Amino acid sequence: MNRTGGRLVLAMAAGAAAELAGLALIGSAAWLITRAAEQPPLAALSMAIVGVRAFATSKGVFRYGERLAGHDVALRAQAATREDLYRALIPAGPHGRRGADLLSRMVDDTDAVQDLLVRGLLPGAAALVTGLAAVALGLLLLPPAALVLLAGLLAAGVLLPAGVTAATRRRAARIAPARAELAARVADLLHGAADLAAYGAGERALAASAEADARLAALERGQARVNAVAACLGVLAQVLTVTAVVLVAQAGEAGPVATAVLALTSLVAFEPVLPMAAAAERMAGVFAALRRLKEIRTTPPAVAEPVRPAAVPGGPLTVEVEDLVVRHAAGRSPALNGVTLTLAPGRRVAVVGPSGAGKSTLLAALMRLVEPEAGAIRLRAGSDGTGNHGAGDDGAGDDGAEAVVDLRELPSDEVRRVMTGLTQDPYVFQASLRDNLRLAGPEAGEEDLAEAVRRARLEGWVERTGWDTPLGEDGRTVSGGQLQRLALARALLNDPPVLLLDEPAEALDEETADALMTDLLDATRGRTTLLVTHRLRGLEEVDEIVVLENGSVVQRGTHGELVNAPGYYRDLWRSEALVARR
Amino acid sequence: MHKDLLRLARGERAVRRHLALCLTAAVGAGLLVLVQAELLAGVLSGRFTTSALLLLALVAGVRGVLALVQGVAAGRTTTAVKSVLRHRLLSRLRDLGPARLASQRSGELVTLAGRGLDALDPYLNGYLPAVAVAGVVPVAVLVRLSAADLASAVIVLVTLPLIPIFGALVGMHTKAVTERQWRALSRLGGHFLDVVRGLPTLRAFGRAGFQAGVIRRVADEHRSATMRTLRVAFLSSLVLELAASLSLALVAVPIGLRLLGGTLDLTTGLLVLLLAPEAYLPLRNMGNRFHAAMEGVAAADEAFAVLDGEKASDGAVSEAGPDGTAAARGGGAPGAGPDGAAPGTAARARAESPEIRLENVTVRYPGREEAALEDVSLVIAPGERVALVGESGAGKSTLLHLLLGFVTPESGRVLVGGAELPGASWRPAFVPQRPHLFAVSVADNIRLGSPGATPEEVEAAARAAHADGFVAELPEGYDTVLGERGANLSAGQRQRVALARAFCLPAADALLLDEPTARLDGRSEAAIVAATRELSEGRTAVIVAHRPAMIDLADRVIRIAGGRVVSDSAMMIGEAR
Repeated sequence: MNRTGGRLVLAMAAGAAAELAGLALIGSAAWLITRAAEQPPLAALSMAIVGVRAFATSKGVFRYGERLAGHDVALRAQAATREDLYRALIPAGPHGRRGADLLSRMVDDTDAVQDLLVRGLLPGAAALVTGLAAVALGLLLLPPAALVLLAGLLAAGVLLPAGVTAATRRRAARIAPARAELAARVADLLHGAADLAAYGAGERALAASAEADARLAALERGQARVNAVAACLGVLAQVLTVTAVVLVAQAGEAGPVATAVLALTSLVAFEPVLPMAAAAERMAGVFAALRRLKEIRTTPPAVAEPVRPAAVPGGPLTVEVEDLVVRHAAGRSPALNGVTLTLAPGRRVAVVGPSGAGKSTLLAALMRLVEPEAGAIRLRAGSDGTGNHGAGDDGAGDDGAEAVVDLRELPSDEVRRVMTGLTQDPYVFQASLRDNLRLAGPEAGEEDLAEAVRRARLEGWVERTGWDTPLGEDGRTVSGGQLQRLALARALLNDPPVLLLDEPAEALDEETADALMTDLLDATRGRTTLLVTHRLRGLEEVDEIVVLENGSVVQRGTHGELVNAPGYYRDLWRSEALVARR
Repeated sequence: MHKDLLRLARGERAVRRHLALCLTAAVGAGLLVLVQAELLAGVLSGRFTTSALLLLALVAGVRGVLALVQGVAAGRTTTAVKSVLRHRLLSRLRDLGPARLASQRSGELVTLAGRGLDALDPYLNGYLPAVAVAGVVPVAVLVRLSAADLASAVIVLVTLPLIPIFGALVGMHTKAVTERQWRALSRLGGHFLDVVRGLPTLRAFGRAGFQAGVIRRVADEHRSATMRTLRVAFLSSLVLELAASLSLALVAVPIGLRLLGGTLDLTTGLLVLLLAPEAYLPLRNMGNRFHAAMEGVAAADEAFAVLDGEKASDGAVSEAGPDGTAAARGGGAPGAGPDGAAPGTAARARAESPEIRLENVTVRYPGREEAALEDVSLVIAPGERVALVGESGAGKSTLLHLLLGFVTPESGRVLVGGAELPGASWRPAFVPQRPHLFAVSVADNIRLGSPGATPEEVEAAARAAHADGFVAELPEGYDTVLGERGANLSAGQRQRVALARAFCLPAADALLLDEPTARLDGRSEAAIVAATRELSEGRTAVIVAHRPAMIDLADRVIRIAGGRVVSDSAMMIGEAR
């Protein structure tokens, strides 16, 4: 930031120098002409002639320097802001997933820093320096005229921008929702085109968007009126100040040379000052954006990182979930309400249940993306799951205690190194298929990639698309099924000690889903796996099935046990079996 | 001026008037600067008495009023142009029909029709007035200068063209590079957005921290590349500044010397000094606003490309779709009609289901080699429940879209109740694969097809769709406004709201469902299957189905592969039933 600070000062200095050169140019030219009219010896004018030429040349050079340095600073500042924002977003946030529109607005907000520098700070500094220089010159020539100029400059450079800011702030509070309303109507019209056309509601939706448009337009016209009034007052301030300066100078017997210099420098001194009113309007938006960015930076992350992080115990790991309670927001009913389960090394456990039962929350807790309200998740080295073994192992309790670690004592990144896999809403980056896969296994060789692709039944697509073809914006060229298989390939490539799979067969058609599940159960044999699913086919193979409903475990057992007990699992199995016979 | 925008401005009376007023005020204010210079020169040289300062104050007043008029008129122009353009754009997109819209980048279109058009602001309220002023004021200054002092006028006349010439030269030299750089800039923004959006995935694989370094590196590389370009690109502004300030020096120094020699009077000298910069200023203003204006032009180009572009290349997609069929249906919405009956009782009130007949229908999407549907003929009897099965991409959804009038056949005919589509006025209820929930209340979402439906009818429809349970749990029940793309409902809940829409259309004579249970878990699926069974009671239903439970519901199963009907259970009655 220090280098950026230095460059900022450089840019400000160059900008101020350019404006000062302009002021000096007009001042020396005015002096040259009025003095020449008094027909002094040529030597008396030579300094002014040199000055006029020097100021004329240097103004352009300074301006060039300002623009270069200013853009360099702005680009640096923007890059730094983006990096800061990104780093602030890395720890899982408390709001869970953010909508795509919100994300892109957040990214747009990072442009605000650039605007603040290029359109606020730099021209502001130049205006300040120029105004002060003109007033100082006035003080040398005729103090009363300088006071008049100071008053005029303050009116145009301070009062006017302040007035615009006040008027804009009130209006901006109404413009932003109106703009969001219009955006929502437009999005409804386009994203909901099929629904609207099918129900003959297109005309009404179009009318609704026109209404939103009219409301926004009225507010924008109001803002334009504010700006127009500011422009009007700015012109008045400039010309009336010059008029008053001339009046004061003539009354003060300043003489024609000083009067002309005062008048013309006053006129030019307003040039960098007048745009301040328009800049004030823009700064209102800039400050709002900066406030939003700050809010994100200061939002505490969803989970606390340990002060003194523990290490993951070595060897095969058992995951123990005990009486886990997770609540997404205070006052809401818990998403998980006392869930207990054990995942021993090499065993596969399936979690089934209706949507909203808490399956994904359980995975989020395991990946340390949400903070439990009560209960614990522990990693235990060795195959010693709770209760599975007799009292004989209690003798080794001391050793065992060392090999147990609560998830809260581990850095969250370390937790996700141990437990991760196919998560909800996998994302396709605008990069090649290879890079999209490799993010899950940066060290993976070509053969590992090919193997993961084969196991995820993705090879047909890879043959057609190619490894290095960039995948489209928002993964638009990727279908839901392909996306799901890509995510599965990532999970297999990553090969974590504990593999988590959240609805791997989602968005696939029946036949592909069956085939994928078969492959998946083959591929995970002997791996510690937690599988969340709503399809029961193939679950005969897993070691334990846990049925979640309303955040609690309502049934658990093997497939054989569950199909013989009344409840959700048997109902669902019967309906699947019924249709499977067809 | 942008020729399409000009046509638009000419065509709309309000726009034309405001724009004319805005430009006139701008030029008027520009010309008043000449008067101001005249007065100031006179007063400073002592030719005019101090009372001329009163006139100067008057000029200030008039210039202020003109600035006010220009600003207000500019605001009216921009809002009017944006409103007109936005409305045409949205109407045009609606006319394209959902099938073709789906193939466009709808995210980009949403941005274009929303915030995107704001890029027109600097073009309309900054650049255009600057161009008008640049066209008039320098000429006026030159005329006045040549009357006052021919020698100075010649210097200005000779140096003035340097500004556009050098600007164009530097511009030409750097245009390609600059454009590439601006594109790179937007790509950089795109990259950043991409990484932020994919953050949950990066986090899951421990790559989030690594990407922070990538973001920095990409930005640094971009910055140094941009600065290399800007060093050349900003030469144009250097030339602009230098030409203007050096010309002032070129004019001022000889004038000083001639004043010294007594061959020129002070009034003329001061007038030339005050006027000469005013010849260059409008050109510089225009140049400074050029870049922002070009973004507006790009937005206008994009908008007009959507408006004009696709009229020529009309393929399988219906132009008349919503205008013809849907609009006709809109007119006959049940809420507007006499039958305001509740869904339960309305089953009796609705018209007989028509027969649906496809005769050798081929559908081909623009730009695609293979047909989406090829030579398909089938008859669906009134009241028949048909399941369409087949792999994704086989043409099942296309068949539904054909019946909805979203696409028109390349060859062959679609007849509904004997009348040919599009144009036949029939009212199917449609539940798409991924129904869109609008950013309005749940109730308004349900009464989409029948805006006049009473709260009781809406609730009855929700009950029938097994949606009443979760709606009751929402913070404000049926008045709950749904969030960004209805994101606060689960997939199963959204599907049930869409089914409630169909139930809220009691006069619908057929039911078209596109994989209503895809991506649902068992319980949600059971609820949807039950609701669909009730909804299709005694009604023609065409259901694209993947899941066995849904297929079970049908009387007839048609399998589609590669755009053709490959098996039809109705043809195998002897064997199957």
